[in-house]
Amino acid sequence: MFSFICKGIIRDRRRSLLPVVVVTIGVMVVVFLDGLMGGMMDNMVRMTANFQTGHLKVMTRAYAADEAQKPNDLALLGSGELMEQLHRDYPEVDWTPRIFFGGLLDIPDENGETKAQGPVTGQAADLLSKGSKESARLGLEKAITAGHIITQPGEILVSIDFAESFGVKPGDRVTFFGSTMDGAMSFANYRVAGIVRFGNSMLDRGGVILDITDARLLLDMEDATGEIFGFLPGEKYLKEQVESIKTSFNHQQAGNPDVYAPVMTQLMDQDMMRQTLGYTDSMSFFMLLLLMVALSIVLWNAGVLGGIRRYNEFGVRLAMGEEKRQLYRSLLTESLVIGIIGSAVGTALGLLICLLLSRHGLDYSAVMKNIAMMIDPVIHTRITPRMYYIGVIPGILSMLVGTALAGRKIYKRNTALLFKELD
Amino acid sequence: MINVKQFKRTESKYIIRAEGLTKDYPVGEGHFRALSDINLTFSEGEFAGLVGPSGSGKTTLLNIIGSLDTPTSGSVAVLGREVSALTAKQSAFLRNRHIGFIFQSYNLLPVYTVYENVEFTLLLQKKNREERHKAVMEALDWVGLTEKKDARPAQLSGGESQRVAIARAMVKRPAIVLADEPSANLDAENSHHILQTMQQLNSELKTTFLFATHDEKVMQYLQRVISLRDGKIEKDTNS
Repeated sequence: MFSFICKGIIRDRRRSLLPVVVVTIGVMVVVFLDGLMGGMMDNMVRMTANFQTGHLKVMTRAYAADEAQKPNDLALLGSGELMEQLHRDYPEVDWTPRIFFGGLLDIPDENGETKAQGPVTGQAADLLSKGSKESARLGLEKAITAGHIITQPGEILVSIDFAESFGVKPGDRVTFFGSTMDGAMSFANYRVAGIVRFGNSMLDRGGVILDITDARLLLDMEDATGEIFGFLPGEKYLKEQVESIKTSFNHQQAGNPDVYAPVMTQLMDQDMMRQTLGYTDSMSFFMLLLLMVALSIVLWNAGVLGGIRRYNEFGVRLAMGEEKRQLYRSLLTESLVIGIIGSAVGTALGLLICLLLSRHGLDYSAVMKNIAMMIDPVIHTRITPRMYYIGVIPGILSMLVGTALAGRKIYKRNTALLFKELD
Repeated sequence: MINVKQFKRTESKYIIRAEGLTKDYPVGEGHFRALSDINLTFSEGEFAGLVGPSGSGKTTLLNIIGSLDTPTSGSVAVLGREVSALTAKQSAFLRNRHIGFIFQSYNLLPVYTVYENVEFTLLLQKKNREERHKAVMEALDWVGLTEKKDARPAQLSGGESQRVAIARAMVKRPAIVLADEPSANLDAENSHHILQTMQQLNSELKTTFLFATHDEKVMQYLQRVISLRDGKIEKDTNS
């Protein structure tokens, strides 16, 4: 009977083509969306980690309490020793200092007088030490639109929007005005090494990047740092591992009552990341459910139309002694086969699209222009093992549900009218 | 689980027996009487026909004998079992094992080959491949269509299609074949051909054939003619 059903599906394209196409498209969309959402999450995690949080972050307790304000007056002192300890205790993690600061950037005219002045937020990272991965982490090579990355002390990178607004070019001299970690006024001259565009309004609007040594001089933070970022090998965030390191580190510090004692947080503890990712997971599930319901309705209608077209066939089969239950079951088997075919094709196509986008990326910078989220404007879809089966369940289920609803008509068929109907 | 033995032909002297059979259909507030107090018996191997004008009750009677419908009152026993007492499952079983149907419009399944159309009824009986192959080829041989076993219904003439329908009805070697206007869509030559085929099967296999027809060509082959008018038996003659 199974081969009888399969022959019917293969030979009668009107019976199988529309449902296969519907299931294929549905499953392809599910697989693609899963890859895209995964890619977006990876993107968000990577960008947030690289620019704001690291996989792990060490600050003073006082700094952590007001972290959003980046209070450098509460920064870690003796950071060199702390870094050494961190390297010793957790050698697999790449520990690196970061300082966030804010101030005014003054752009002089040819006479050295102020031509323009604008507020900027700055970030300092270890860009000049041998073997530092910070330049790559911040994607500076890719972000440079003019000039070059910082190669020596005294250089600064300026974000594209600021540079365009104030006519700043590589090679220009600029003056930064701010305050030291103790609250004293501070200023320093820098040469603009390059103009950077991250494709993210938050970073591009008014940002500058300095090497950590220059920032320490500027902010009077010798052997101090606002934050120490930790990155796992391969830049891969692993929840269990960071959680275990965080717990171990904080356990060591548990007995220290000092408000300036270091405290460790992990990426998910910060910036609503956990909630954001949880919300995205819920959204994915909801979208999957919605898609399945929509597919079921389409397939229900397709099933009803197919049932009308095959009215005679069902009548003959009932007259020949097939029970209604058997007939209903054979329709469900048909839909299972169609669901499997559609799911397989849809999964393959979805994976193919994801594979292409994981290599070449999807540039949606036009959409992201005014969105202040820490997301790279080029998304690379994520390929995971679950993509091989995630579309199959809704694909088959929607086909079965659609057919089950459409097939109920069989039970309402009056066999007493079969002769009349069939003639 | 249905016991095959419950449909054994030996339980009754008659293969079909109708007593006081009446069938009413609701029409608006009242009802339309399609059959009225029908008393009939058929023995094994009869080649009989229900004749009469449209609306005389021929098809209704075939429906009830084929366990596709039940009487309003009276009784109809097929192979010794009361039709109105059968469950849906038992009715399906009766049709699947013991009753073959031939329709005016052939009603072959268009996506399947001649072989598969004939084989389908045996698939429902869960017969194994060898048994099915043997029975299908034998049935196609009876109707002279072994050469066309791989053809699709669309590739067949009307006469060939009706012969496939006969093979499909006969492949399970049923006790009864019910044929509703089997020659209505055929020309004279093809009508004679299929009637001769059915007559031959009737004599060789002792299958009871019961026709509903108003075709003169069919009537000349019938051994017994039951004339119906307004749901009543007008005449019952043996030739």
